[in-house]
Amino acid sequence: MDLETIIWLIPLPPLLAFFLIILFTNRNRALSHSIAIGAALLSWLGSMVVFFTAIQTEHFSAFVSSIAWLPTGFDSWLYIGVRIDPLSAATIFFVAWTVLMIFIYSVGYNNYGQPNGDHDQKGLPPHGATLSDEHGHQHTVPSIEPMYSRFFAFIGLFAFGMYTLVVSDNLLTLFVGWEIMGLCSYLLIGFWYAKPSARAAMIKAFITTRVGDVFMLLGIAYLYSLTRSLSFVDIFKPETLTLLAETPAVGSFLGLSAAGLIGILLFIGAVGKSAQFPLHVWLPDAMEGPTPVSAMIHAAAMVSAGVYMVIRMFPLMSAGMEHGQLTSAMTVMTIIGTFTAIFAATIAVAQNDIKRVLAYSTISQLGYMIAALGIGAYVAAAFHLFTHAFFKGLLFLSSGSVIHGMEHGVLHTGDHKVDPQDMFNMGGLRKKMPLTFWTFLIGGFALSGFPLITAGFWSKDEILADAFYHEHLVVFITLALAALLTAFYTMRQITLTFLGTARTNEAKHAQETPWTMTLPLVILAIFAISVGWVGIPSDFLGLSMPENWLHEFVGGTLAEHPAVVPFSWIPFLTSVFVAGTGLLLGYLVYRKQVAGAVDPLKKVLGGMYTVLKNKYYFDEIYDRIFVRPAYWLADTFTNQWLDRGLIDGFLHSVARISSSMGGLLRNYFDKPVVNGIGDFFGEGTKWLGRNLKVIQTGRIQQYMLMAIILIFTTMFYLLYRVLQP
Amino acid sequence: MIPLSWYLVFAAAMFSIGLFGVLSRKNAIAILMGIELMLNAVNVNLIAFWRYRAVTGIAGQAFAIIVFAVAAAEVAVGLSLIISIYRRRKTVVADDIHMLEG
Repeated sequence: MDLETIIWLIPLPPLLAFFLIILFTNRNRALSHSIAIGAALLSWLGSMVVFFTAIQTEHFSAFVSSIAWLPTGFDSWLYIGVRIDPLSAATIFFVAWTVLMIFIYSVGYNNYGQPNGDHDQKGLPPHGATLSDEHGHQHTVPSIEPMYSRFFAFIGLFAFGMYTLVVSDNLLTLFVGWEIMGLCSYLLIGFWYAKPSARAAMIKAFITTRVGDVFMLLGIAYLYSLTRSLSFVDIFKPETLTLLAETPAVGSFLGLSAAGLIGILLFIGAVGKSAQFPLHVWLPDAMEGPTPVSAMIHAAAMVSAGVYMVIRMFPLMSAGMEHGQLTSAMTVMTIIGTFTAIFAATIAVAQNDIKRVLAYSTISQLGYMIAALGIGAYVAAAFHLFTHAFFKGLLFLSSGSVIHGMEHGVLHTGDHKVDPQDMFNMGGLRKKMPLTFWTFLIGGFALSGFPLITAGFWSKDEILADAFYHEHLVVFITLALAALLTAFYTMRQITLTFLGTARTNEAKHAQETPWTMTLPLVILAIFAISVGWVGIPSDFLGLSMPENWLHEFVGGTLAEHPAVVPFSWIPFLTSVFVAGTGLLLGYLVYRKQVAGAVDPLKKVLGGMYTVLKNKYYFDEIYDRIFVRPAYWLADTFTNQWLDRGLIDGFLHSVARISSSMGGLLRNYFDKPVVNGIGDFFGEGTKWLGRNLKVIQTGRIQQYMLMAIILIFTTMFYLLYRVLQP
Repeated sequence: MIPLSWYLVFAAAMFSIGLFGVLSRKNAIAILMGIELMLNAVNVNLIAFWRYRAVTGIAGQAFAIIVFAVAAAEVAVGLSLIISIYRRRKTVVADDIHMLEG
């Protein structure tokens, strides 16, 4: 099998698994998860073959293969195909690993091997099952997810969407994968659909990303109308880019060039998908889904897809860039990204739910990537995307493991009022769940950018260095501040969860999770450290190191190899300082947290804490500005006024007029005139018949006699008339 | 030569006998026979008028032959009806056959 065929085949196994599970094997749990993991393994295998072939190829540019798909109105064909260039090769590497790990983790997370729950029902999380041992003691143990097979089918489809998006060589199939993921996120966030909060979250996620998608589709359509092609190869030709950059946008919209307008429209798509301000509201609510889904959305697919698309479209975004002057699309990205990075980080500081903190950190880190891309740090943005996928996937799976351990404690004590996701209910889990602790620590340190060891340090440092070197000082300071906050809330999370002593009975009885959950953690932890080493700058600390492999490799995606930023002490020391300070502060503030005590931050921040806790009231503001007017428009205006009042009123009065006109006609015309005439003839005929029937004796001779009498009478009458003088 | 009026008187007498038979007899076959008499009285008239008034033409003879043919057909139908009624009701008395009574 040649390499192009393998690339074509990479997305298919998860899709096949989806259909197999949905149609045939959904009653058999073991078979369903075997099929799903087998499919993930096949895709992983294909991805590894492609990735390793790519990195061993000298001066690798791309593996491409495409077929004519749709005839268009311009005597040409719309081509679709696959393309593995350095960027997508690196992306498919992390996608394959995280997807496979999430699939394996899901087996343990959904309590495979546990008994069916006592009162479990579809659409609700498992509530536990009661078992009694040989001594007659009752135990409550976790119960298996009631919709176990369905879960694997959905994440299979999700993986298909992501793989399709990554291997696409054109915007159309990329958009198809993009939308498939939109659907899957909807299905999976609302996986426990019997919970009202999950239902609300799924709708919120779908509608919010839809806002971005509409703009993205507009951008794609506009791009197609100008270039007559959606293939990256065609779009990124220098002459096409120059043309796009020099053409003014339709109606000279805001004085943008065509490239600028398309870039901004596509970027709005990524704003929705990657949860950037102001469309960030769906991502924290997406925590309603099962934790592997959160990992899938935050690391392997979905939000990575948004950033991936923007990185992919970077040549278009930067078309017309001269002398380091940012294009309009890039300026928008820089502003949005930088703002999102600091904005989400501040919210994360005041969240108590272990998964929500991570959700806001994802938004913040995605803001980093967008900001990096905005200032033109192409490789740094891609680098941060890769490292982030690993350590954020790790953090989510670890937090899922923590929640699982806490749920075990909840089942043990039987007090279901204790929220197993609230970090203030935890503490001291380090000894109960050592593997989870160490892996979470690695993930958390990578997220904070713990110097030299962890992957997050290298990618974040590169972004900061780039911002500093190109003299985007505001961006540099804001991002450094966000990094400080990131380190702080990460350490707050680790301290509250794992260090100190248990603050509740549930935390005392937490238990380490099965190997299906811890094995993916260990593997991802290895990556969360080592994947950063491929991007160490060659002149790091002024030493002469081996060449920056990642920069050489991923930079090769662009037509013009991006310049290497020379090493500078200031950003390096800054990132070491903010990471260290943040971690230390987080530890010092929370290490002595006791049960029932308020968050020390509340004393320091005062009223600001409430604002942060409520996420700057964005949900409430959106509710006022968008949701309620939409309801008002739909219910009060359209339904009650327009539909029921105006249209129904008109129809009802037409009906009433018709009805009374009908009554009039019936009573004064139909009944007396038409019926009267009809009845007169009918009754008259009946009367005549009744009176004439007596002559019908049935005796032929009487008839004959009558006939003869009649004939003679007539004859004599006629004769009389004739003979009359 | 016998004058025309004799034939006409003869035919009228025969017609009257036929008519009386039809009106007075109870037996359906006898009624049928009366009808035949009336038809043949008409035939006598036809031939007599032809012979005395329009001997060069052929219409009178042709007319008479058609009446014969019609009479024969009529007798065939009438007799078969009577036989059929007789088979069902064991009677040929006209007064008893009054199913068409109003």
